[in-house]
Amino acid sequence: MKDKDRIELSDMSRRDGTPLAHVENQDLMPLPAPLDDPAGERAWTPLTDQAKNRYECLLDDTCAVSVPKPATKAEEDELVRKFLSGLDKLFTKENNWTFLQPLVLSMEHCAKCQTCSDACHIFEASGRNELYRPTYRSEIMRRLYFKCVKHGGMISAWQHGDIDVNWPMVARLIELAYRCNLCRRCAQTCPIGADNGLVAHELRKVFSQEMGIAPKEIHDTGSMLQLKVGSSTGMSAEVVKDNIQFIDEETSERTGITVETPWDVEGADVLLIHNAGEILAWPENPGAFALILNAAGISWTLSSELAGYDSINYGLWYDDAQFARVAIKHAEAAKKLKVGRIVLGECGHAHKALSVIADRVLTGDLNIPRESSMTLLRDIVMSGRLKLDPTRNDFPVTLHDPCNMVRLMGVVEPQREVVRAICPKFREMTPHGVDNYCCGGGSGFAIMSGHNFSDWRFHVAGRKKLEQILNAFGDCLDPAIPKYLCAPCSNCKGQFRDMLAYYDLWEKNTILYGGLAELIVNAMTDVTPGFIEWEWH
Amino acid sequence: MTTLLYAMLCLSAVVGLVATVARAIGYARAPLHLRWELYPVPHEAADRAAHGGSYFEQSNWWNRPAHFNLRGELTAMAAEMLFLKALREFNLRLWWRSFPFHFGLYLLIATAVVVLAAAVATVFTPLVMAGALGGMIHLLYRLTGIAGLALTLVGAAGLLHRRLTDKDLKTYTTPGDLFNLGLFMVALGLLAAGYALRPVGAPSVLGIVVGLVTWNTAIQVPWLLTAGLLLSAWLAAYIPFTHMSHFVGKYFTYHAVRWDDRVNRRGGSIERTLAEYLTFRPTWAAPHVTADGVRTWADVVTTNPTKGPKR
Repeated sequence: MKDKDRIELSDMSRRDGTPLAHVENQDLMPLPAPLDDPAGERAWTPLTDQAKNRYECLLDDTCAVSVPKPATKAEEDELVRKFLSGLDKLFTKENNWTFLQPLVLSMEHCAKCQTCSDACHIFEASGRNELYRPTYRSEIMRRLYFKCVKHGGMISAWQHGDIDVNWPMVARLIELAYRCNLCRRCAQTCPIGADNGLVAHELRKVFSQEMGIAPKEIHDTGSMLQLKVGSSTGMSAEVVKDNIQFIDEETSERTGITVETPWDVEGADVLLIHNAGEILAWPENPGAFALILNAAGISWTLSSELAGYDSINYGLWYDDAQFARVAIKHAEAAKKLKVGRIVLGECGHAHKALSVIADRVLTGDLNIPRESSMTLLRDIVMSGRLKLDPTRNDFPVTLHDPCNMVRLMGVVEPQREVVRAICPKFREMTPHGVDNYCCGGGSGFAIMSGHNFSDWRFHVAGRKKLEQILNAFGDCLDPAIPKYLCAPCSNCKGQFRDMLAYYDLWEKNTILYGGLAELIVNAMTDVTPGFIEWEWH
Repeated sequence: MTTLLYAMLCLSAVVGLVATVARAIGYARAPLHLRWELYPVPHEAADRAAHGGSYFEQSNWWNRPAHFNLRGELTAMAAEMLFLKALREFNLRLWWRSFPFHFGLYLLIATAVVVLAAAVATVFTPLVMAGALGGMIHLLYRLTGIAGLALTLVGAAGLLHRRLTDKDLKTYTTPGDLFNLGLFMVALGLLAAGYALRPVGAPSVLGIVVGLVTWNTAIQVPWLLTAGLLLSAWLAAYIPFTHMSHFVGKYFTYHAVRWDDRVNRRGGSIERTLAEYLTFRPTWAAPHVTADGVRTWADVVTTNPTKGPKR
């Protein structure tokens, strides 16, 4: 990007009604083979005139939140007033004891050294577009903090910088809060410990908790639907039981082993909570879990309580109240069944939400032990309770590290112990473990596809991970060799499903994605060979 | 003039110290937040800390004794504080400028401490300072002082140069940032020049500090050195009021955020603290939150906004 086109912080308040950034394919970070020709890359779908006329699309080439344009200046002023009111509340302990301390620390101690920029997959993949630099958003927030919350005057503006507060700035900031995956890779590299991911998270909270603004996929048809019917998939308890029965039958037929999923077993040792998306999109995963847990003799159950059968907790990404409500529902389901522990299925954000973040929400008899399915599966595999034949998994396998499970929770090795034990052609991505890159679907993006947001999600947010996947399979891109991308997380799988299809990598290079439990069942000698079906789904 | 110098040195020390402690207390008194750790956490068991793992990697972790790897944490802290490990690992180009700057400041602080101790010793145990130990102490603070000044000045110049020339930093650099680095260069430059160019017969550094300790205003401090001392004193008092006080913030960002993986146990102190927070009365205005300034957090989070009468 030429200097004359460089985006400045003051551009956020621009009133010319035009987006700040436009990204062309040739601007983007180059990809390895077979996607190494930018000219051959898929073109972006432009935003429609209808979308531009109806919603605030002032940031870049896409629109994630669809904020309706205010009809009058008075409406604009009211929205700005609400934003400033929310910003004030964000820095009070009564409203935001949940994150006040880390937020203030990030506001007051950034040295603006830009060390974090090189860690951000979105910034790098965009061709280092200034708008996507992790500190761009944070610096706006920081200036707002000193000007509007601390009420700094001229000396403060001289010391910390100034920003014009108007509706275009707020409208752009709403969108910009949804150009970060909240993977916190940037925070990991900050020499001082400032956290740009947290800043994006807290901005989202202001918009949701004060202004009632959030992407419909994570609020209306996400956390609200979950609290209403029990699952963001829309499945009620009756429907989910029907679906699981069907999955049991399918799994029994495919494996030759009768599988029956227990429901609402009081006193069971384990309450397993899947991301309900698995049940609809990847039924082989809950089927594999049922088969493994039964074969290993685990005392386990599913719950049909409200939200007890869907581990998702989208509030983690944008709203503390919604987050706490869903976490409490999960704990209440466990408490009602008097289980020994909750085990979280293959869902990264559910892991972090219930195990880590909710640890300071759940008190008294709701504070029930929570455990990762990665450790349970590792223990089962390593215990020798299952007869496993690694040669059944004799195809190249690589492992994706879901940020929420790995960098943000420290569950790194259990899943590796499993794949090392049962996948002879396992290869790591570079980098991996706590240094991993986000799949590009984190923080809700995997379920957000309004307007042309998917184009941004695959071209920019997921690009670095795509590079990693292609490099990991660089020695076996031949379509005759089936390859397995193991992603023990539903949201990551959603991103991979869509992104691999977008780039046609199943058709052209036979790269399939799936979970960890499927690999285990595929290696079980008691099971009819071929549990993993090499077909696109 | 000497009286003014002494007064300013004392005042700046008090202001700097009080402002630093006040800032630290402010952060320490902030409410306990939800967990937001980042791995690796160095006080994890050594085998897990090596790959960034947590106690969540163990089954039945809640029944296992809590393990705190003090050695791991102290090692990580020392590497970070003394050698700016994260910066070296993730931004080597900047580290070459930032490390001498910070390490130089550490040496200057050490110099100030040693000279003050030597001055007190000179007053109360002059024989000790006249002996071999005294000779070593004189050598020590001269070395740390000269090295500290040189490193800090070189580092500050390097940081200022980068701020002025690196286009990635330009957008985020305020006039205040340039002023702060410039202030370091001018203050410490004056101090270095004042020390190097002090006339024959001028009081030594130790002599000035002994004069301060005994409040001997008869000492004549050369004007250039006085200017350097006054400006450096003002700088020390000014730093805690700016983001340059990140030495305070960093303690909390690491210990209270990144590495805080304490478990909330039933009936424990964390649970008691949370019980108090659940009585706070939020005022968030979005209807789905159902907060009105009267209902508590406990009421809010146990309300299902999709059920019952609309608020």
